[in-house]
Amino acid sequence: MTDCGRSHFAKLVVTIVLTVVAWGLFENPANGQQITGQVSMEGRLFTQDALRDNLYPTNVSIAIEPEFYQELNDGRQSLTVVPFLRWDEHDSERTHWDVRELDWEYFARDWELRAGVRKVFWGVTESNHLVDVINQTDLVEDLDSEAKLGQPMVNLAIIQPWGTLDLYALMGFRQRRFFGAGGRPGIPFPFNSDGAKIDGGNFGWAMRWAYTAGPMDIGVSQFHGTARDPRFFIGDQPIVIADFIRSPFPSIDTQDPMIVPGYEVIDQLGVDAQLTMNGWLLKFEGINRWGQGSRFAAMTGGLEYTLGNLRSSGLDLGLLVEYSYDDRGIEALTPLEDDVFLGGRLAFNDVQTTEVLAGTVLDRTSKASFLFVEASRRLGERSTLDVRIRSFVGVPPDDVFLYGIRNDDYLQASWTLYF
Amino acid sequence: MSLNTTLLSVDGHPVENGRCLSRGVISVALVIAMTLAASTWAFADQRGDEIAREADRRDTGWNDMIAELEMVLRNRQGEESTRALRSRLLEVDADGDKLMIIFDRPRDVRGTAFLTYTHRSGPDDQWLFLPALKRVKRISSNNKSGPFMGSEFAYEDLASQEIEKYTYEYRRDEILDGRPTFVVERVPVDSSSGYTKHVAWYDQEEYRLAKIEFYDRKDELLKTLIYRSYQQYLEQYWRPDEMYMENHQTGKSTVLRWSEYEFQTGLTARDFDQSSLRRVR
Repeated sequence: MTDCGRSHFAKLVVTIVLTVVAWGLFENPANGQQITGQVSMEGRLFTQDALRDNLYPTNVSIAIEPEFYQELNDGRQSLTVVPFLRWDEHDSERTHWDVRELDWEYFARDWELRAGVRKVFWGVTESNHLVDVINQTDLVEDLDSEAKLGQPMVNLAIIQPWGTLDLYALMGFRQRRFFGAGGRPGIPFPFNSDGAKIDGGNFGWAMRWAYTAGPMDIGVSQFHGTARDPRFFIGDQPIVIADFIRSPFPSIDTQDPMIVPGYEVIDQLGVDAQLTMNGWLLKFEGINRWGQGSRFAAMTGGLEYTLGNLRSSGLDLGLLVEYSYDDRGIEALTPLEDDVFLGGRLAFNDVQTTEVLAGTVLDRTSKASFLFVEASRRLGERSTLDVRIRSFVGVPPDDVFLYGIRNDDYLQASWTLYF
Repeated sequence: MSLNTTLLSVDGHPVENGRCLSRGVISVALVIAMTLAASTWAFADQRGDEIAREADRRDTGWNDMIAELEMVLRNRQGEESTRALRSRLLEVDADGDKLMIIFDRPRDVRGTAFLTYTHRSGPDDQWLFLPALKRVKRISSNNKSGPFMGSEFAYEDLASQEIEKYTYEYRRDEILDGRPTFVVERVPVDSSSGYTKHVAWYDQEEYRLAKIEFYDRKDELLKTLIYRSYQQYLEQYWRPDEMYMENHQTGKSTVLRWSEYEFQTGLTARDFDQSSLRRVR
């Protein structure tokens, strides 16, 4: 499910198109059958010169994501299939396909059973998703890490007055999808994701208890399995970032030493909580993880407040402040190790549902900052326009996550048609 | 009980002193007292409250309800835009209703769903399901005065109208479209409401709403809502086929068309939890 060559890719396109056509011919909404989906066309403009030769200033990409849904047994069961396909002009790693969902569900009074390829979201914060560890990140989709690869699993949810207990058996491990060597943004090191070291094999498990008590929503989770976020190795040795940034920057063209991702078996205990009061949302996520180097803890916490219907104009302005901390410091496998996130979300509440989200992530240690704008608006009844800006400011050489992509600022416009 | 109290306060005599008066005098005094009392705010309050309570009493016992909605948004130039939604409601003993709203169109918001636990006192609980992220998000119910999906309906106009959410003052009787109505002023209890008051027309025979005028924070007339084509279900519950909302300040309007009403379908609290919010479609 991870990789496929060009000819396989073509076959897959044909298969999906035929399936869509076939399903369309036989679709019967009265029978609880639905076929929907979206096609998205995206263009990117890179506003700065690339750090490496032969990297491009513009890029075009197309993605399709149909959804097939079948209700069975008078609504007691359902079957959902969501394939995903992206073609990218330049980055061969970004040209990829995935089964986002292939999900059978059964609903009973006190429990639900779900089996197949699924996506599960845990957590409450906006800028960092620490407790959300079930699905692998589809990093090539967007730097914001919101896109996920489907995860095969069996999930039993027990629904009781004392809360909802979810038990997960996770089958199959999926590697993170990184940018290609020729991609923008790309990885500026001699990097080989095909040479990944994977521990633990294919089985993992997880559980989460979630409970709502008045204004408080709380979740406690435990995960055991292969880490979704790898450490990076040269040979058998994990890279020590403090040493790595002191040595000369290895050129992408050298084959030696080659950096490979290493996925180790971890245990992670997570807590997430949100208090919703008088228009304020107070959010917290904390994790404790062991099995990946030394044991460590990390947290994200913050506030969200919405000024609703500003001066009776119908506009809502949401203000967000969050702070992320990881006690590994510079050795953290995330750029969010000592970072403040500030954001504003403006919803026009108009007929076109115009929305603008803008924000910045400031690294208190390296002083680098990441700026972003995301604006969207509906065009007509069945399409939307989405504009995004991603920009890196003041990135010093010792910020290992951002230094190599510091010139990959871009402006993106995408048009999505819904069917 | 309250009439007695008012009577005593108006004529200033304790009941014991009334024994020496003839029946005729008492009757006259009563009529005068009632007339006086009717003109005082205290009494009007009581009557407005009674009308709201009677309307609520008559609309109790349906247990659960599902319906489909179509919203047609029209701007000043007459351009139209359509939304399709479904709603599910559950009556809750001794508290406000549970409400789920599922979005079908426009297609980009398809699968998005709202879950609200209305409370008689204190803020409502509200969750939003975002299908692309498979995320259930608890949101603040404070932002109720803004437009719902770009329409002229605010969230609070569509929320369950629990009696405790307002204070009531009876104003007058009026004939509206050939039917006698009570005109009642309703003042929202919650300070985050976008309105200083509503003026509501209740049908005298059926105690259903015929019309509401909404006054904004500057106490100026903002919108008028007209209920059209009522149908009776289960030989008791009246529901409109259409609700027409006009914004007098912007010239925009929204028509909400209801269809496929069903009552007592067997929904339970389990159909209004976060797990069902995730899989509703």
